[in-house]
Amino acid sequence: MSNPYVPLFILLALGFGFAALSVGTSLVVGPKRYNRAKAEAYECGIQPSPRAEGGGRVPIKYFLTAMLFIIFDIESIFLFPFAVAFDQLGLFALVEMVLFIITVFVAYAYVWKRGGLEWD
Amino acid sequence: MHTLIQSLATEGAAATEGGHAAYAWLLIALPALGAAILLLGGKRTNKFGPALATGLSWASFAVGAVIFVTMLGLGAEERAAHAELWNWIPAGQFQLSAGLLVDQLSMSFVLLITFVGSLIHVYSLGYMEHDPDKRRFFAYLNLFVASMLVLVLADSYLLLFVGWEGVGLASYLLIGFWNHNPAYATAANKAFFVNRVGDLGLSIAIMMMFATFGKVDFASVNAGVDGASTTQLTAIGLLLLVGACGKSAQFPLQSWLGDAMAGPTPVSALIHAATMVTAGVYLVVRSHAIFEGAPNAQLAVAIVGAITLLYGAIVGCAKDDIKKALAASTMSQIGYMMLAAGLGPIGYAFAIFHLLTHGFFKAGMFLGAGSVMHGMNDQVDMRRFGRLSGAMKVTWVTFGLGWLAILGIPPFAGFWSKDKIIESAFAVGGTRGWILGLATLIGAGITAFYMSRLFFMTFHGKEKRWTDGQHPHESPATMTVPMIVLSIGSGLLGMILAFAGFAQWLHPVFGGEEHEEHTNWPLMAITLLVVAAGLLLAYWRYWREEVPKRAPEGNLLTQAARADLYQDAINEGLFMRPGIHLTRALVFTDTKGVDATAGGLAATIGGFSSRLRRLQNGYVRSYALTMLTGVVAVLGVLWVMN
Amino acid sequence: MSAAVPAVFEAVKVDYAAIAPMLVVVGGALIGVLVEAVAPRSTRYGAQLVLTLATIAAALVALFVWAVPHKAVTLGQSLAIDGPALFLQATLLVFGLLGVLAMSERFGGKSADAFTPMGASSPGSPQEAAATRAGFATSEVFPLALFSLFGMLIFVAANDLITMFVALEVLSLPLYILTGLARRRRLLSQEASLKYFLLGAFSSAFFLFGAALLYGFSGSSDLKLIARAITTNSSQMNGLLLPGAILVLIGLLFKVGAVPFHSWTPDAYQGAPTPITGFMAAATKAAAFGAILRIAYVGLEVSRWDWRVGVGLIAAATMIVGAVLSVTQTDVKRLLAYSSVAHAGFILVGLLSFDGNGIAGVMFYLVAYGLATLAAFAIVAMIRQGGSEATHLSQWAGLGRKHPVVAGIFGLLLLAFAGIPLTSGFTSKFAVFAPAIHSGGTMGVLLVVIGVLASAVTAYVYFRIIVLMYFTQAPEDDVVALTPSVATTIVVTVGVLATLLLGIVPGLLLQLAQDASTFLL
Repeated sequence: MSNPYVPLFILLALGFGFAALSVGTSLVVGPKRYNRAKAEAYECGIQPSPRAEGGGRVPIKYFLTAMLFIIFDIESIFLFPFAVAFDQLGLFALVEMVLFIITVFVAYAYVWKRGGLEWD
Repeated sequence: MHTLIQSLATEGAAATEGGHAAYAWLLIALPALGAAILLLGGKRTNKFGPALATGLSWASFAVGAVIFVTMLGLGAEERAAHAELWNWIPAGQFQLSAGLLVDQLSMSFVLLITFVGSLIHVYSLGYMEHDPDKRRFFAYLNLFVASMLVLVLADSYLLLFVGWEGVGLASYLLIGFWNHNPAYATAANKAFFVNRVGDLGLSIAIMMMFATFGKVDFASVNAGVDGASTTQLTAIGLLLLVGACGKSAQFPLQSWLGDAMAGPTPVSALIHAATMVTAGVYLVVRSHAIFEGAPNAQLAVAIVGAITLLYGAIVGCAKDDIKKALAASTMSQIGYMMLAAGLGPIGYAFAIFHLLTHGFFKAGMFLGAGSVMHGMNDQVDMRRFGRLSGAMKVTWVTFGLGWLAILGIPPFAGFWSKDKIIESAFAVGGTRGWILGLATLIGAGITAFYMSRLFFMTFHGKEKRWTDGQHPHESPATMTVPMIVLSIGSGLLGMILAFAGFAQWLHPVFGGEEHEEHTNWPLMAITLLVVAAGLLLAYWRYWREEVPKRAPEGNLLTQAARADLYQDAINEGLFMRPGIHLTRALVFTDTKGVDATAGGLAATIGGFSSRLRRLQNGYVRSYALTMLTGVVAVLGVLWVMN
Repeated sequence: MSAAVPAVFEAVKVDYAAIAPMLVVVGGALIGVLVEAVAPRSTRYGAQLVLTLATIAAALVALFVWAVPHKAVTLGQSLAIDGPALFLQATLLVFGLLGVLAMSERFGGKSADAFTPMGASSPGSPQEAAATRAGFATSEVFPLALFSLFGMLIFVAANDLITMFVALEVLSLPLYILTGLARRRRLLSQEASLKYFLLGAFSSAFFLFGAALLYGFSGSSDLKLIARAITTNSSQMNGLLLPGAILVLIGLLFKVGAVPFHSWTPDAYQGAPTPITGFMAAATKAAAFGAILRIAYVGLEVSRWDWRVGVGLIAAATMIVGAVLSVTQTDVKRLLAYSSVAHAGFILVGLLSFDGNGIAGVMFYLVAYGLATLAAFAIVAMIRQGGSEATHLSQWAGLGRKHPVVAGIFGLLLLAFAGIPLTSGFTSKFAVFAPAIHSGGTMGVLLVVIGVLASAVTAYVYFRIIVLMYFTQAPEDDVVALTPSVATTIVVTVGVLATLLLGIVPGLLLQLAQDASTFLL
């Protein structure tokens, strides 16, 4: 292999191919029996939120959840490489990581105490 | 005071740094202190405020007199002294210190300003006696005196600019003093706007000096002139001239002076006759080195002077408002000074000489006009005066002396100064000499006519044209005494200065060779004849004949002159119309009436502004589009250029 | 193009003394969030205020005690704690202190007067009314201000494009929130916040794009290495340099409100709670100019002949548009917004001189303008009609008669904005224009001429307000100036004193700025 990008492209093509294939196959092969639930947006099995046009409003809680997700998501993004190379990084990185987790914790504590985690 | 004199005398001889200039800061500090006390003290100072302001003004004059006496005791070359106050902007390449320069030129102004200024303080004690805002008025007067002293004592263009702005502010506040009258507030605004044009010229000139010489103090600029190109000097000179035109109401920035008469009369006398309006002349004379290096700019000064002196004289013939007629005359007389300053070395001394005598006689006449108004229930229309000589004897005599002085009748003040300017103008020689000389000569004739017209219409004539129920009476002593003092000056000052050798005394300021004094007798005779002709014409028309109470329609020229030779209309057409229909967004109530010139430039900018404003429509999408366009444009420009 | 990846991890060297002020500020902000979480509602306002002021004061102490003697490029070249950085950090901390004081103004009420009791409630809703009755307070504004200040402190020291970008976001995000928290005219405030956020994000994209191009050009985001790549002309991709430089600068010029990236300024300034507007105008501008200075003088100085004209055009447009548009403004906050646009143009003129005195002049200008602006907005917050802020100019008519002291102070500040001699406005204009004339070449002189003309136009605007306050009959209305507490009084006093002192004896600060005008490489 002269070019390191070739496998990447192959992988990309495979990915697209698989998606196209599965959607295409279900279109061709699958049975087509419609009901109302099928026409609605798919939201993890819960009641779909009302559509924005026509004056519907999205609960602010969704936004809150998304924000919290980002907090922890970022935390894990940093934690993962740190955990992998923990033995090489030494004490300095440990301290840095603790500091980082403290900052995230502060945000978490704020949200928690101010009732951000209460759904209703 | 005795110790002060002693210390000055001993120190003064030693060095030009410090010396008798060491106490010059007091000149400024005293009136500034007065203004501060009156403005900050509020109503508590109502009682003693005016008297305090007057006292401080006199104290400043006393300091000036002491310095002057000390100066006289020194040799001609030691009289200029410099005192550094503090290091204003001390960092790196923009060194700039604030200092005072006390030399013959600045001292002449200091004495004029403090003396006439103090007299007018005294006069105002009477004139403004019943005004509820008297304290504020005196605070502004003191502020003005302090700023004017900063202007003339500054040792650099920048500090001069501080004073320049200061007098502008004080003048603005005083013109609009009776601002409950919207027309007066408008006049104040007009003065402000026109002055801004001049100030802009001056500030750009200072910037250019900085670029050319690296310094902006007088000494460095004068020293650096030799190294600069004529083009640079011409540009600086012309910009300085723009500044001078704005402040001194010279063509084409003269339109504000007439309206400025809306201010209380003492203000007109002090600021718009004796001192502030002459700052332009001071500026030109102070910058003599630059103008000598730039003959074209110098010629422009003389031309502007010539145009204004005729313009003012013509306008003066048609005005019926006594103060406006005097204002036109001031314009014209400053035109004389400008012209003299534009003649080069032979003219400088006479420009200043005329400035001093004019300061006395014009201030005296303004105070006289104020006294007349005081006695006539604030009537200003000369067609409703007539034969006041009987009712107001002191006013009549003092005004008469001023009148003789401005006409240039020997031996009164104007004769000694104005005649010299006429002589010098002819002495330039060549076509230029003839043109300038004739302008001054014709101007003298017209001056004689309109000043006599003013004098006869007010104090003499066939009959009394007073409105019913008028009982003219002489003004109180606080008003008449200053008038008397000033009229003595109008009578004698010219002679005293001429015999004391004022021109020679002033000479070290300008350097160069001293030129011979010789009197041109035939010219003097011709001048007197022309003056006499003007006087007789006025006598025949306004004393012997009946003066209609209402202004007749008059011929085209009269109409034009009455309308300030259509200057406002021209300004309106040039500056105002293009933008006026777009300036409805103006906020404050009195703007609707903003005058032609005042609104002119502003309206144009306002119109531009309204158009630009539409881009700010509140939609975030169009903001983003603006940004994107900007990015593309900048990238495009750079891409094309590289 | 592969950067050397160290086989073994090496901890970066951290000069803790040099970054102590930033650590103090972020620490204070975090504690502030915890206070918000645990302290009982009634004690929050007082606790937050004390904590915030103490934090900033401690940061100032740390700055002078530890950081000043410890100039260093630290944290793996990403922060340069050098003269300009320290000067501007000190400036920002002072602005922060005054800004927080202005934000804390209660005018006799229970909570900070400028901020809504409950940011999450819809304007006009029952929840809002209930929150007002209960005397709730959005005391989060104090930690938010600290976070923003923290971002600014990094911003002026960032020696690396990525650090700079992070700092840009850290300073901006809290400001977006703060902008939307006004107590009165909340819809306007929220609209302003959203606009500011959207356009801010838009400009961040430009910055990032530019940073990417510069990285492509030089293989590094380190300003020093970018400069080296330009000097040695070693890159294969010369075409990326100019667009990269311009896009990065544009991203930053957005923050100072340079034309044509200014359109958020009037809307955000008008909508934001007035003390926040003051804080934004003073501190954001100082921070952003600090970053521009560093990029222009450290990273892109060698290639300046290529991009200087572009920024010069922007400076000219900024001065002209800022000055001209201020003429037709009828709202005092919008007017000051346009004036701040024009001032950004004046500062750019000095910045483009490429001269140590230019750096000093710019920094001096930022101090002088910032202090005056903070005081001006503090006064705007005091003028009320029927409880809400009277920002329409017509409401200011005759104010000079009713409240001579307040109007007089505001007049003085306006004179300073107009650049009248013996005020700080004049010396600062002089300090930026002089180097531009001296070493800015033809373009410098042209820009100065435009600058002088533009300041004449703005002078007209300012004098118009003075006329309005003093020479107009006051209509019969109930416009009043509220009596301020100690906090606002301090802000105004400092502003006025600085305006006068920097006008009459600017030497000390100018000298300080000059001594601090060398960048560490």
